[in-house]
Amino acid sequence: MTVSSAMAVPLRLIPIPAIERATRLVFSHVMARHPGLFDRLGDYAHKRYGFIPSDLPVGFLVEPGKGRISVHRKPDLPPTDAAVTGGFVLLLGLLEGRLDGDAVFFSRDLTVTGDMEAMLALRNALDDCNIDLPSDIGSLAGPFAPLVRRAASEIRSRVLPREAGQWN
Amino acid sequence: MELICPAGTPAAFREAVDAGADAVYCGFRDETNARNFPGLNFSRDELKAAIAYARQHGAMTFVAINTFMRAGREKLWHEAVDDAVRLGADAVILADFGLMAYTAERYPEQRLHVSVQASASNADAVNFLVETFRAKRVVLPRILTIPDLARLAKQIRCEIEVFVFGGLCVMAEGRCSLSSYATGKSPNMNGVCSPASHVRYREDGCELVSELGDYTINRFPAGEAAGYPTLCKGRFNVADERGYAFEDPVSLDVMDHVDLLREAGVSALKIEGRQRGKAYVAEVVSVMRRALAANAADRPALISRLRLLSEGQRTTSGAYEKRWR
Repeated sequence: MTVSSAMAVPLRLIPIPAIERATRLVFSHVMARHPGLFDRLGDYAHKRYGFIPSDLPVGFLVEPGKGRISVHRKPDLPPTDAAVTGGFVLLLGLLEGRLDGDAVFFSRDLTVTGDMEAMLALRNALDDCNIDLPSDIGSLAGPFAPLVRRAASEIRSRVLPREAGQWN
Repeated sequence: MELICPAGTPAAFREAVDAGADAVYCGFRDETNARNFPGLNFSRDELKAAIAYARQHGAMTFVAINTFMRAGREKLWHEAVDDAVRLGADAVILADFGLMAYTAERYPEQRLHVSVQASASNADAVNFLVETFRAKRVVLPRILTIPDLARLAKQIRCEIEVFVFGGLCVMAEGRCSLSSYATGKSPNMNGVCSPASHVRYREDGCELVSELGDYTINRFPAGEAAGYPTLCKGRFNVADERGYAFEDPVSLDVMDHVDLLREAGVSALKIEGRQRGKAYVAEVVSVMRRALAANAADRPALISRLRLLSEGQRTTSGAYEKRWR
């Protein structure tokens, strides 16, 4: 069973407000730990970005300038300026800069629609941020931080494509 | 031979250094460099930190200021050179003769490299830049064969740097107007080829359609690897045929010929890709470093893993191994 298939069933059942609460907690924490993202994004921080995991029943709308993320059940996704669609794990790999966005695009595993300039700015800004989700999420866990960090790192190393894990 | 590696962000810069770059090239966050893409490039403070990082690890930093100055706005380019020199760039990579003159007059000790954008591809052109502006190296366009390079090396009085891997520009660089024709913006004047502001991708049935401005550049059937929406790699209807009029969506890879390049007199091998992510930079630089240290017979296996990272997931040796006339 993949991470996405393990998540898909509960995500169909859990109410959106509950998913959104957890997502917002992680999102605001990651944003706070990587303020350089906004400097690099510039005016593109005010765009509306859609992240649509092709293997999950939900999509995410991110508005960096407002520090806001919202979760929406498919197919009722709100309008966006730019959107990226791909496997959930792949999207997380791109978020951390562990995968090369162009290469994934060439392989057709990723679809980008809308304002390409905005999406390119976000891709480049994220790439420079050195987001490390196990570390970022772990730091939310208080005394359990080392445990959460280790577990999340272990999951990441198992689910990310082999090549992506080799360079760092 | 030196390995010259790209960096569009400080994170990619550090990856390039860590992976074994001899030099990393980068640019400022404005239209003074030919990769003026949103979210990319370096502030002055970031460049200062990057140069320090490179020095700590025994690597050099080259700063690309390789677009052409616009009349009345020369200050932007002059300040880019001033700051690159002040911050300690090991070389500035320039295309505009006026900017070369400014640099040679103000900073006679500063090492000056001739950008591929200067389109200097014969002995007279290169030697003029060497004698007039004390250029120490020329980056040659990707339109010469290896025998061409060998002949040229004997006739010029500076080092030669050539592209060996990454995006393949098949035009006379610095002179190409295709992007400008379609969008009003070019790498020469604005630092952008096929700017993202004019690019659209859309699904049409099973096909992925790429558009640049008002032009349809390509329609990729299901399962076919995609490419950038550049006019030179578009699929067009010409007479009764539909196909690639200029070049397929492929990337450059001449690592099979690296020994011939060395024998031809090449001093430095350049990897294209400042617009690519740090994952690409880290992977390509580390593989290239290993390939340079490997025997010729072992190189193809090492390099083959990079093919999936390439445009169209295919590579070519392009004009270096020209089989057409």
